[in-house]
Amino acid sequence: MAAPAAELTKTNVLVGAITRPPRSLWKDAWWQFRRHRLAMVALGTFIFLVLFTLVGPLLYHTKIDVIDFTLSLKGPSADHLLGTDDLGRDLLARAMFGGRISIAVGLTSVFLAITLGTTIGAAAGFFNRMDNPLMRLTDLFLSLPVLPLLLVIIYLFRDSLRAAFGPELGIFLMIVGVIGVLNWMPVARLVRASFLSLKQKEFVEAARSVGARDRRIIVRHILPNAMSPILVAATIGVGGAILTESTLSFLGLGFPSDVPTWGRILYDARNYLDIAPHWAIFPGLFIFLTVLSINFIGDGLRDALDPRKTS
Amino acid sequence: MSRYILRRLLIAIPTVAVISFVVFAILALAPTDPLSSFGADPRVPPEVRATIRTALGLDDPWPIRYVKWVTSLAQGNFGFSFMSHSPVIDLLKQRVPNTLAVVGVAYIIGVLLAVPIGMISAVKRYSLFDHAATTFAFVGFSVPTFFTGILLIIVFSINLRWFPFIYDSTLQIHDIGSFLDQVKQSIMPITVLALFDTATIARYTRAEMLEHLPLDYVRTARSKGLKEQVVVLRHVLRNSLIPVVTLVALGVPTVFGGAIVTEQIFRVPGIGELLVRSIGDGDTPVVAAILLIFAVLVVLFNLFADVLYAVLDPRIRYS
Repeated sequence: MAAPAAELTKTNVLVGAITRPPRSLWKDAWWQFRRHRLAMVALGTFIFLVLFTLVGPLLYHTKIDVIDFTLSLKGPSADHLLGTDDLGRDLLARAMFGGRISIAVGLTSVFLAITLGTTIGAAAGFFNRMDNPLMRLTDLFLSLPVLPLLLVIIYLFRDSLRAAFGPELGIFLMIVGVIGVLNWMPVARLVRASFLSLKQKEFVEAARSVGARDRRIIVRHILPNAMSPILVAATIGVGGAILTESTLSFLGLGFPSDVPTWGRILYDARNYLDIAPHWAIFPGLFIFLTVLSINFIGDGLRDALDPRKTS
Repeated sequence: MSRYILRRLLIAIPTVAVISFVVFAILALAPTDPLSSFGADPRVPPEVRATIRTALGLDDPWPIRYVKWVTSLAQGNFGFSFMSHSPVIDLLKQRVPNTLAVVGVAYIIGVLLAVPIGMISAVKRYSLFDHAATTFAFVGFSVPTFFTGILLIIVFSINLRWFPFIYDSTLQIHDIGSFLDQVKQSIMPITVLALFDTATIARYTRAEMLEHLPLDYVRTARSKGLKEQVVVLRHVLRNSLIPVVTLVALGVPTVFGGAIVTEQIFRVPGIGELLVRSIGDGDTPVVAAILLIFAVLVVLFNLFADVLYAVLDPRIRYS
């Protein structure tokens, strides 16, 4: 992958183009990524949103659960920048706190999906014996109706998990678990495809000839080369998972109302659209901006990691 | 070819069987008692409840219950709803037309808009139109459908008062006036769904067209003097549409899933709304039936997409 740096710099100087630093695959990808203007703006937005939810509550001290009926359903004002809900609770503070959970659900469930998908895909692609059964399993999971199943599982198991792990952690674990377990299939297919072609390559043969075991070949030799599609799928998956979580909460089957994720705030706001539209608009905008920026980052990554596009 | 279709069918049957088992297992293993709505009623004495359980066969071992359930399903008997005490099949017959009227129309509009948009963006890559279409597509699949729905309600129902925000399924179409009412009440749910569908399919069409445009056969077509219009429509578009058609077929079950949310926002009494309501009521027979219908839809359209692909693309090897 790494081109001889000196030679490249020389040609670049000759053509009069911008000189590039010596590069590795990831530095090269970053260099490409930085030229994708929309993706950079999106990355900035996403970092801002993450900081908003993480650092925001440290700077903005209003509590999320102070009930004050005299302030019920007020629009944005200097005291309450995003207005208040029906119980007079401050929406900015709730949006910051809820955003943490929405983003955390997105990241952890995708981590779970990627881990499962990569393991299954790698096993199927590397070991011929396991290919057929594992791919049948993948097809089976792909035939499950995801959203209806999620709704049913969460409804049925919500109370027992809440009893076992407490209301917040129980629901969090369950939502992350079901989103992860129902979304690993595309990753498994991608990883299997990469493994099938990569295991035929000379460098794998070379590694084997110097005595590397299967495990080492999979983890150290093939996996790093199969990383790009996994990374792109993971990025876009985070957006999808955040959407799924907010959809569940919006249907009233996600977090309880004392855990105000963005979807949950919208669910609570949906009966007050005529008198308090701000209550629904702000959390909706947060979901939209987060998912939009993640999708643009994914798009930029895809371009940056595409080996066919070398410029 | 027919052997391929036959083999594909033979794979679909065990898939449906396994999925029906998964649906059954989730509902049977769940700690929630299907008779909990009776349980909350203090007027039902424990002995009566036990009799009901035995009569419903709830105390049988689970393999027997599964076999009973599957055999009655195979005979077209979906059971009775706990809540409305009517056969599940009747409930479904009432609901499905409403879902189809909204979801089906939205999907057709989405496909009809998406293909030309994707095609023009690919042919005029990096033009103003392409940038506009790309932005539109990213917005389309990043904005949650429930948020688009809420925004539309705020703008068009509450501020402008153009459209009603509750779908009236009892509306009978008998003249121009009632037809306009139907159009008015369908516009917002259809727009919400169509926005999402158009975005996804347009993006995919664009990508497929871009794959095909630099290929040799396109150059050949141009060099033998064909008009650009003919090259794009007859040669590139036809080849690019093969995977798009598959995607459209594969997308049908997802669209039904997406309708759950839209039906909830606009109170469209379709099967998605019925599912959410029945989950809330603990109405197990209805939930099981709807889950199974969704699952069968997925398997059916996967099968359909595979066969369609094989028919449309003669290069496919049937192995």
